Amino acid sequence: MIHSLFLVNASGDIFLEKHWKSVVSRSVCDYFFEAQERATEPENVPPVISTPHHYLISVLRHRIYFVAVIQSEVPPLFVIEFLHRVVDTFQDYFGVCTEAAIKDNVVVVYELLEEMLDNGFPLATESNILKELIKPPTILRTMVNTITGSTNVGEQLPTGQLSVVPWRRTGVKYTNNEAYFDVVEEIDAIIDKSGSTITAEIQGVIDACVKLTGMPDLTLSFMNPRLLDDVSFHPCVRFKRWEAERILSFIPPDGNFRLLSYHVSSQNLVAIPVYVKHNITFREGSSQGRFDLTLGPKQTMGKAVEAVLVSSQLPRGVLNANLNPSQGTYTFDPVTKLLTWDVGKINPQKLPSLKGTMSLQAGASKPDENPTINIQLKIQQMAISGLKVNRLDMYGEKYKPFKGIKYMTKAGKSVSSYLFEFLFI
Amino acid sequence: MSSGALYNDQGGAEAAVEAGQENTPTTGGTGGTGAAFRLFNTDFKKNEDLKEMLESNKESLKLEAMKRVVGLIAKGKNASELFPAVVKNVASKNIELKKLVYVYLVRYAEEQQDLALLSISTFQRALKDPNQLIRASALRVLSSIRVPIIVPIMMLAIKEAAADLSPYVRKTSAHAIQKLYSLDPDQKEQLIEVIEKLLKDKSTLVAGSVVMAFEEVCPDRIDLIHKNYRKLCNLLVDVEEWGQVVIISMLTRYARTQFTSPWKEGFMFDDNEKTFYDSDAEEKKDQEETKPYTMDPDHRLLLRNTKPLLQSRNTAVVMAVAQLYWHLAPKQEVCIVTKSLVRLLRSHREVQFIVLQNIATMTIQRKGMFEPYMKSFYVRSTDATHIKTLKLEILTNLANEANISTILREFQTYVKSQDKEFAAATIQAIGRCATNISEVTDTCLNGLVLLLSNRDETVVAESVVVIKKLLQTQPTQHSDIIRHMAKLFDSITVSMARASILWLIGEYCERVPKIAPDVLRKMAKSFTAEDDIVKLQTVNLAAKLYLTNSKQTKLLTQYILNLGKYDQNYDIRDRTRFIRQLIVPSEKSGALNKYARRILLASKPAPVLESAFKDRERFQLGSLSHSLNSKANGYHELSDWPAVAPDQSVRNVDVIEPVKERAPALGKTRKNKSQDKFYSDEEDENEEEEEEGSESSESSSSSSEESCSESEEEEESEKSSGDSGKNSSSSEESDDSEQEEKKKAKQKKSKASADSGSDENGNGPVGHDSCSSAESSSESGSDSEDDSADSPPPQKKNANKSQSKVVMDNSKNQVSLLDLDDFSPVPVNTSQSSVLSPSLMSDLEGLSLSNMSPTLQVTSPTFSPVKTHELLHHMSGKGLSATYHFPRQPCLYQPSMVSVQLTLTNHSDQILEEIHVGERSPAGLSIHCFNTIERLQPEASVTVSMGIDFSDSTQAANFQLCTKEDQFNVSIQPGVGELLTPCTMTQQDFSKEQGKLMGMNETSATLSVSTAISSAHAVSNQVLSVANVGVVSSGSVSR
Repeated sequence: MIHSLFLVNASGDIFLEKHWKSVVSRSVCDYFFEAQERATEPENVPPVISTPHHYLISVLRHRIYFVAVIQSEVPPLFVIEFLHRVVDTFQDYFGVCTEAAIKDNVVVVYELLEEMLDNGFPLATESNILKELIKPPTILRTMVNTITGSTNVGEQLPTGQLSVVPWRRTGVKYTNNEAYFDVVEEIDAIIDKSGSTITAEIQGVIDACVKLTGMPDLTLSFMNPRLLDDVSFHPCVRFKRWEAERILSFIPPDGNFRLLSYHVSSQNLVAIPVYVKHNITFREGSSQGRFDLTLGPKQTMGKAVEAVLVSSQLPRGVLNANLNPSQGTYTFDPVTKLLTWDVGKINPQKLPSLKGTMSLQAGASKPDENPTINIQLKIQQMAISGLKVNRLDMYGEKYKPFKGIKYMTKAGKSVSSYLFEFLFI
Repeated sequence: MSSGALYNDQGGAEAAVEAGQENTPTTGGTGGTGAAFRLFNTDFKKNEDLKEMLESNKESLKLEAMKRVVGLIAKGKNASELFPAVVKNVASKNIELKKLVYVYLVRYAEEQQDLALLSISTFQRALKDPNQLIRASALRVLSSIRVPIIVPIMMLAIKEAAADLSPYVRKTSAHAIQKLYSLDPDQKEQLIEVIEKLLKDKSTLVAGSVVMAFEEVCPDRIDLIHKNYRKLCNLLVDVEEWGQVVIISMLTRYARTQFTSPWKEGFMFDDNEKTFYDSDAEEKKDQEETKPYTMDPDHRLLLRNTKPLLQSRNTAVVMAVAQLYWHLAPKQEVCIVTKSLVRLLRSHREVQFIVLQNIATMTIQRKGMFEPYMKSFYVRSTDATHIKTLKLEILTNLANEANISTILREFQTYVKSQDKEFAAATIQAIGRCATNISEVTDTCLNGLVLLLSNRDETVVAESVVVIKKLLQTQPTQHSDIIRHMAKLFDSITVSMARASILWLIGEYCERVPKIAPDVLRKMAKSFTAEDDIVKLQTVNLAAKLYLTNSKQTKLLTQYILNLGKYDQNYDIRDRTRFIRQLIVPSEKSGALNKYARRILLASKPAPVLESAFKDRERFQLGSLSHSLNSKANGYHELSDWPAVAPDQSVRNVDVIEPVKERAPALGKTRKNKSQDKFYSDEEDENEEEEEEGSESSESSSSSSEESCSESEEEEESEKSSGDSGKNSSSSEESDDSEQEEKKKAKQKKSKASADSGSDENGNGPVGHDSCSSAESSSESGSDSEDDSADSPPPQKKNANKSQSKVVMDNSKNQVSLLDLDDFSPVPVNTSQSSVLSPSLMSDLEGLSLSNMSPTLQVTSPTFSPVKTHELLHHMSGKGLSATYHFPRQPCLYQPSMVSVQLTLTNHSDQILEEIHVGERSPAGLSIHCFNTIERLQPEASVTVSMGIDFSDSTQAANFQLCTKEDQFNVSIQPGVGELLTPCTMTQQDFSKEQGKLMGMNETSATLSVSTAISSAHAVSNQVLSVANVGVVSSGSVSR
């Protein structure tokens, strides 16, 4: 399956390699570099590349390419999913997944990779198991290890590996038993020039941080489970129980994990939490263009819209923008023509606006397209779909845990309002 | 090695720059000369330093050194000359040090084979270590050392590990198989034996790895799968994610060779003959069963068991299930994967890429599947180009009369994208829509013509090209558009577009007889200022016009040809010369001249506008080959459906067959056994036969032959089980005499059917499938083997013993059905499965524990009846028919309910909507209804489960089954047996409970059993078919 792994940084250097079968020369990456050169953006490098003797499957995360070398037929998603799992594990272990962090912890990285794959086939990818095999580096442990000469490699086979709950280790103990669930929803919408929604969907996840002693068996029920149209579960969730009763019943892994990701059925109308008033005009023959943008909240049920960030790719003809924000700061990159406006919190009494002029290239004809505007935002304490957790119960253990649930709505890369003119038809 | 040396050099250079603690490896030879060069000298010393550290006595120093060595390996630098120093530490006590040494060994052993051999003995010792982790890691490293000399050692180690008690070690051995095979393919035969053995393993941990080994070593030995097919299907949900992917894709291949096509004839274009016969057969069936196609139950099993995996968080698993459904499921069922695939589109970019590729292929064949999700394929400005192009492809495939306007409006936006590559692709997509959907052809053409005035060259060029193609496919209505384009001609500046227009006018000059010469006139004026490509097309146009309309254009053509003759570009000069010779008649070129018209004005085939994904269909979805659109190494073709299904029984045999090899050996031991031992053998049989029964109804028939010899026992046990409510003491009294008779009977039987008996014996482990805990299953497996040795035959002793659950001596099984007093709980099938398993069965056990008395443990049903009862006939139900059966599973909704499975089938030719449960009687009847079924397609069927609380009475539950229009009264009448719950309790508890009952709820039934059926197991089967009870070692309990 997976033959070798190369980590390549943004500047095209291989800074780590690992082979699970016989050694593959790193010159195989030349094909990858070729493709990288051809691509205009780092994201445009094709994930699957064929070379005369090998196939390269790569993922790009945190500006590092993880290039897996394979020799024979294997489902590409298998490799891609695994590589992402590797990145997640690194992030879990080192907090960040950067070149520096990987270089600093090269031994742990190597030990991890060794455990995660055997002969190219995934062996242990469950974070709880790995953490029992190889303890994550902490400053304290590093110091203790240096002094006492003890190691951060576990000596016993993780109990989880053999049990029916491979995701949970046994003998977990906490003095404060707590279980936190974050319901995070993301709106993904395209809005046209006139403000009507072309497409909008809500995806959500429930991330959990469970620190409970022993082997708790939890059930989580919703007030309105019908909202959930399509779901995918952490393996711990009992599928049949969900199918029959719409109740999440599970023995949680220890620590942080993603319990559930869901999609809200598309029949429900999605309430877009903000509106945009815009007036972007270029006049024929003039070297000036007007830019006027106002944001306002709508349908937020009284919750504040925070961390608003507006970005827009202006047409190539724009030389510079001279704008005046009523709040926040803006930047315009004359090379990439990217305008970003960090708005912050929207005050419903005093709506944020960005007004001013754009100077155009002299003599150039009027830019023929209206720019797209991307908006990112956050709303705390509200799940936009209206999903509500009903109750959380625990069986199997006697103590009383502390339970907490948090809601949040985000518009990530998404709420992008496409502004366009109608061309034909 | 040359590359190694290369890195070595690089390393030297880098180390100087990087400074720090980096060590540059130098070869030992440079040591002497190194003194002369300070730089090399220090490097050498640093290396020495590492060596010293490795050879020191301090663990921490060694560890530090190894960490630095691993750092070197990670950077791809050569550290091979440290081999001797490193290999010494292979036996270190420090486990981290040891692991790092392993890393080093695996990396360099191939290069330093002789030295690597030094470490082998350490691993051989470690293979015997009591710690399974150490055994496993020793095997991992041993098999990773690619040194051909140790092949026999590896082979031995693999064989031993394959029989290890720890499933983790067995898993490792499955991995080692692949390693050994790649090292020495000659070992194939032996390895296949090991694979065969491991395939029988019941541990979920092993399953994925061994199937992987199977795929790598002997993918063509499909016969090895037969016996394990059902087991793999059943285990699938509990296997770890990566294993699931491998197993699913293997099973896809398997199913394509073993089952007949579930697709209706309409879809089978390629094989006419087959279709013919199939449809014949289907027609016949139509008349008989009103069912067009009956799916092999095993085929259904696979589809059913993979479906929940669509909800997996692992995208590879979801994709694997999706392709399984695509390749195996009946056409109307494939749709269930849609939602999950669309969900994957919210994952990482790379995942999107692969999923979109697959969806693109799917949309070519089945538009309907993804049409409701069209908006999910709208392009976002943040998408990468290859994602955008794929989405465009899918949108184009999805376009139809109904949605084309929406799609075209979306396309308009894309045309203006700043990403010009993408804009060009959009124009092509518009062209494809225009050819596919005739209603919008004109609109699209007009739109494209407008685009010709775009400033962007790519857009214009692409538009012209597309218009050109469109016009070629629609040769009737050109003139308008060509005239329009000719008008636009003056304003268009992009030469590529001008050239295309000229070509068009030339090609269809006869349709625009007035405009064409005028355009030529204009071109003659501006000829010298044009681009080369335009000049070439002008020459072409002139030639074509000369042939069709020489009167008007003769002079113009000659002028242009003269201009071309003296052009600076040799291409144009060449072309001019060629054209002149071709069209202008002269003495020299007489021969060709005649054909000039046919050469220049030949009708050109219209370019076909079709999806670039058209030819990807030939590859299995989700595969690397599909993604690359070329066959990858090791790709296994998906075979066509067989015309006639191969023997189905090969999979049934799976219960019996594995024993055949062992049969002789067992047979021998049997004969040597004294008569006492008989009973222990017999119990095994009993148990197995029961399990068989629960596994499949077919297999139970296979055991009927042997049942003939035990008529008496049968009768007796039947009696006892019949009045199980009463305390039948009579059975005890008759025990002794009975034993005598039985012995005789057995003797006969053992001779007659030693084979079949031993068969069952061997099947023991297979029956334990459902034990999800690997360890417990291996224990129980070995238990049953031990039994025969130490099981005493005494029944009476046992009767007095109080038994713990765990002891569950199998030796009592045989007595069980005779001696009701003797109670000991038995581990039947799933009863051992832990509460923690994610599978439903065990959840319920866990749950029900809380609301029942502590001594009561619900055992899982040992027998699931296949008998279905008719609830509603399709004649009376206006096409809707319903059957029900009792799955004998604990009811999900409430413990007091009995779970009932309804199968609803639509026999009408209309879609039935909103099927739900309506009014019910008696009024207090509590029913847990199934969710309303929104719509049921014609000929489709759906299985739903509901719970009914019969309140422990056999009164029928009446309720209404409603569709949107109609209501049908139906009633379910439970047999008394269905109301029971199998429990395990100690003997004392039983008598206590029995005392409480005081005969109030006594139910007795008499089974009329022909004397022919007389074995103990047959009784239990008979009983089980009527009542939902568990089989207990020494008595069946009913409450």
